[in-house]
This record gives sequence, C-alpha cells and structure tokens, in this order.
Amino acid sequence: MPQQDCLVLGGHSFTSRFILGSGKYSLDLIEAAVAKAGAQIITLALRRINQDGQANILDYIPKGVTLLPNTSGARTAAEAVRIARLAREMGCGDFVKIEVIRDSKYLLPDNAETLKATEILAKEGFIVLPYMYPDLTAARDMAQAGAAAIMPLGAPIGSNKGLSTKDFIKILIDELDLPVIIDAGIGRPSQACEAMEMGAAGIMANTAIATAGDIPAMATAFRQAIEAGRTACLAGLGPIQATGAAASSPLTGFLRDE
Amino acid sequence: MAPKSDHMTYRPDMEIIASTMLDQVLQARNAYHPEACTADQVRRALQKNHLRPEDFAALLAPAAAPLLEAMAHRSRQVTRRQFGNAIQIFTPLYLANHCENHCIYCGFNSHNPIQRARLDPGEIEAELQAIAATGLREILLLTGESRAMSDLDYIGQACRIARRHFKVVGLEVYPVNVAGYAHLHECGADYVTVFQETYNPDRYATLHLAGPKRVFPYRFYAQERAILGGMRGVGFAALLGLDDFRKDAFSAGLHAYLLQRKYPHAEIALSCPRLRPIINNDQINPKDVHEAQLLQCILAYRLFLPFANITISTREGELFRDNAIKLGASKISAGVSVGIGGHQEKAKGDEQFEIADGRSVQEVYDAILGQDLQPVMSDHVYV
Repeated sequence: MPQQDCLVLGGHSFTSRFILGSGKYSLDLIEAAVAKAGAQIITLALRRINQDGQANILDYIPKGVTLLPNTSGARTAAEAVRIARLAREMGCGDFVKIEVIRDSKYLLPDNAETLKATEILAKEGFIVLPYMYPDLTAARDMAQAGAAAIMPLGAPIGSNKGLSTKDFIKILIDELDLPVIIDAGIGRPSQACEAMEMGAAGIMANTAIATAGDIPAMATAFRQAIEAGRTACLAGLGPIQATGAAASSPLTGFLRDE
Repeated sequence: MAPKSDHMTYRPDMEIIASTMLDQVLQARNAYHPEACTADQVRRALQKNHLRPEDFAALLAPAAAPLLEAMAHRSRQVTRRQFGNAIQIFTPLYLANHCENHCIYCGFNSHNPIQRARLDPGEIEAELQAIAATGLREILLLTGESRAMSDLDYIGQACRIARRHFKVVGLEVYPVNVAGYAHLHECGADYVTVFQETYNPDRYATLHLAGPKRVFPYRFYAQERAILGGMRGVGFAALLGLDDFRKDAFSAGLHAYLLQRKYPHAEIALSCPRLRPIINNDQINPKDVHEAQLLQCILAYRLFLPFANITISTREGELFRDNAIKLGASKISAGVSVGIGGHQEKAKGDEQFEIADGRSVQEVYDAILGQDLQPVMSDHVYV
C-alpha cells in the first residue's frame, strides 16, 4: 500500500489539507461545511467563544475536529500570548494560529510582533501557526522560533483576490522546510488549486466559502480543488513550452569533441 | 441673561492635545457642496474598491438618491465580504440622567423638569445581572454629563461591575481627559463613543447653550484622547436632523476616517441617530431626514469605511432596523430601556428620548436568525 500523504503539524498528522474558517457564516452550517470540506482542522476566534451562552461557536463544531483557535483582536505579542493561554485554559487544545494585527482597515499582520509571540508560545508547548505577510526573513525567524508551519497571506483577508503575493509565497515554499499554508485572500477553488500545485502544504479559507451562495457546495468544490492541486504537485507538473517551437538549429550544435 | 461662553474656547480643566484633525474636518466640510455633486461622480464612486473622501461626499449627495438601489446592492456585498453574516447584539444601560448641560433637543437637559435618578452600585449590579440573564455579553454604559452626580470614580466602579458580567464594556459618557480614559480602560471599558451631534460649530453653539458640552473642540477630540488613553476602539456620530445632514454625515465619516489613518490599530464605529421626540417636547423630529435619506447615509458610511462597525439605533422602527442589518449595519441593540435602570425593575428615572423598537433580546435574536444572519453575542476578548 502506498504511504499516505499527510500534512504534519507539530507531530500530528492530517489527511486533509483544507483548514476551514468558521467566522463568517451561520453556526448551523458549520457541521455541513466541515463534512463537505472533509476538513480535520477548523479555526475559530477565541473572542467568539461564549461559554455557557447563546451562539457559542464551540457548541457547533463537530467532535473529532481539531480546533485551531486564533488570536484575532490581539494588537501586540503580549495580547496574543494571553489569548492563546486563555484558549488552552478553555480546553481548545495546544494548536494556536497567531494573528497580531495593528491595522483595523486591511487587517494586515504585524510580522515583528507575530515573531515574538511565536517564540514565547512555542516554548510553552503550543503548536504555533503564525499568520504572516510573506517575507522570507520573517518566515525563517518564525521557523527558527519554533513555528509548526507558516501561514502567509495570499491577499488581504476577505478580499477573495487570490494569490496576489504569489512570487513571494513561492520563495517561502522553496526555501523553508516547514509546511507553508496559504491563509488569506483565496477566493476561488481554482486559486486554491493553483497554490497547491505550487507546493503549498494546505489552504485556509473562510470568506470564499462563507460568502458563497451555497456554503456546503462551495466547501466541496474547495476540497476537490485542493486535492487536485496536491495530486498535481506530487505528480510533477510538465514543463511549460516557451514561446515558439524548439529551435531547428540548436545553439549547442557546434559541439564536436566526442 | 449672562453672555454665553465662547464655544471654541477650552475650559481650564480640559486637556488640549496636539492635533490638526478638527481643522481638516471643518475645512473639508466647508468645501463640500452636496448639490454640486453629479450622478457621474456617484456612479464612479460605486465602481471603486477603495473610496476617497470625495467619493464618500458624492454618495451622500442628492445626486445619489436615484441610485439608492445600486448603493444598497453594493453595500450589501461589501458588508457580507467584511463581516460575513455576523450581526453583533448589545444593549445600553443608562446609569444616571443628571446633567449640567443645556442642549435643547435632549431629554436629559438640565432645564427639562424630568424625574432625575442615578443607580447605586447595588442597583447597577442587579440591572447588569438581569441584562446578562437575557444572554447578552456586550454592554454599553451611559450617563448624563454631571461630574457631581456621575464622576469618573462612579463610572469606573460601574465598569468594574460590568466586566464581571460582560465580555465587552463600551462607554457613552461625557468626554474626559486622556488620564480619565486610561482610568476607565483600566476599569474594564475598551470602547468609547461620543456623538459630536453637529459638526457645524455655529449651529452647535445655538443648540448647546450651557455646560461643558458647549465646548466644541474638546468634544471633537474625545475619540483621539480615548485612543491615547488605551481604548481599543471609538465610535462617532452626527445626530442627523440638527443641521444639514449630508454635511454632518460627511464630517462624521471623515472624522472616523482620519482618526483611523492616524491610529491604524484603532477600531472605528459609526452610529446613525436621527432626532427623536423627548419628554416635554414632542415637536422634535428629524425634519428632512426621512428613511430614504437615513439609509443613504448608512450605505455611504459602509462603502466609504467597509471595516467600520455601523450600529442601528432603537430610534428606528423594526422594519427599518431589520433591513438595515441586511444592507450595511453590523451591530444592533436589543432589549433597550433608555430610562435609568428599567431592566430589573421599573425605571427610576425618565428617558433620554422615545424609542421606536422595543423588542426584547430574544425577539431581535430570532429576527436576525430569521434573515439567515448570525447573531454574535461576543466579538472581543479583553486580555
């Protein structure tokens, strides 16, 4: 039997490479979306947890799915660290997606503070997935600080614009030994597929699914696209023919010394 | 009658911060002539992803009225992309209605013979418990402006009590200095809303006849002081109907826009209140701001500031509010009493204005669900 292709994060193996967001659609639809997405990891904002109260997101997440609480709302490393600890106390496990944002308009991440939080939380035994702007130096530092994966943004959160940062993400994929999971901006299954073909280890999507006409159907489409992209990546893409046919008089035709 | 104080001069205890934002807003307001905007400018604004102040101005103009339906479609799309289908719910608690201001349109004004009261800490606790039992997790605390009857220590104590029952504590109290906001933040509040009422200083002076509120620039810079004091976010509003509502809505939006540019981490919010009748004066009304104009303002705010929270007040009726959350508003109050107390037992003091939507928390919650939107009780964690 061929070895199974798994996404490994902090020693935990997942057969699904689709991390589903939970924040922008009706809680009643989460279960169906998870099932159709085949997702084994779901993100949730700690600020949305309303323990023992109405509309508590935790009550709607199916059992057996790994929780990936995020630190949204944090503006500094210190706040992110406190939110992560709170998540652990509330029984959300050891995974944490660090979001440190000091820009309320575009919600772009602060790499410097994210790095600090990564270092502290990794030392405390968290499985840290930093959401970051795709900067190679920052990503290397986060890897060094103990991140379990790197989560660069493809485009601003919620923009559905796809891989606006494609060239930089490709560099991260080529240069880092950690999984690179594309976190924000993926708006269509075709974009998710393209990112996976490029060698991304996984895709995190929320708005693209949440704003679809049929949420469970879009979750299915993303699952299929991510699987297709992964298979293509493993199969090895054929070379793209440069413009024009192969030259009839080869440039190296002068070589004689056999 | 004693001559009135100059409304542009700070009083000795009022902190002055280094900022040019007031001049920027007033200059832009003076240069804005709503009737000069063309339908073409409106159409172009509707095609942009990132609107500039001049686009916002066009969307508030009379020329945008025939394009209201197109604005509604675009605003709905932008709102869903930004917030998904989440709608935040909260309720206000009025702590006290003592007031030293004389603002002619407000039920709490010091010359209005109403029943005055303030809740003591035990009553605050009981009210908050009763509100928390309805399922809400966000509370907005309000007072009239009386440094004698509701001083900073009193408000701070209320914040501490509120934090025991609620995840998010917002304030709508009189403006204070940076140190005052820092104290209230320390006590557990993290959001401050101040209505400028009107951004026309001359009109402002004719409406706010006496009391500290008369000082226009001190009120204008409240949000900036709140951010400097450590607050997470700030809310803005013009009370539509006091002056040219288009210019006032433009000024309020621009004020929020400039503040966020200066403090990019700050969260911003807008409210869209219209004038309402008050006790002893049922003639107060929003004049030329009908529902169509109010909706135009909400949609223009949304398109200009996609990331801002927009709150829809109980000053509006059920039908309007339920539609506003589909098209642009992201936050709604429920189970509202605008008298002093009134959640746990009968209000002990009279109300600030008449509300138009008296639905309970559960009724509003169900109405949100009924529109395939998701009520959100908790959207922040205070750490």
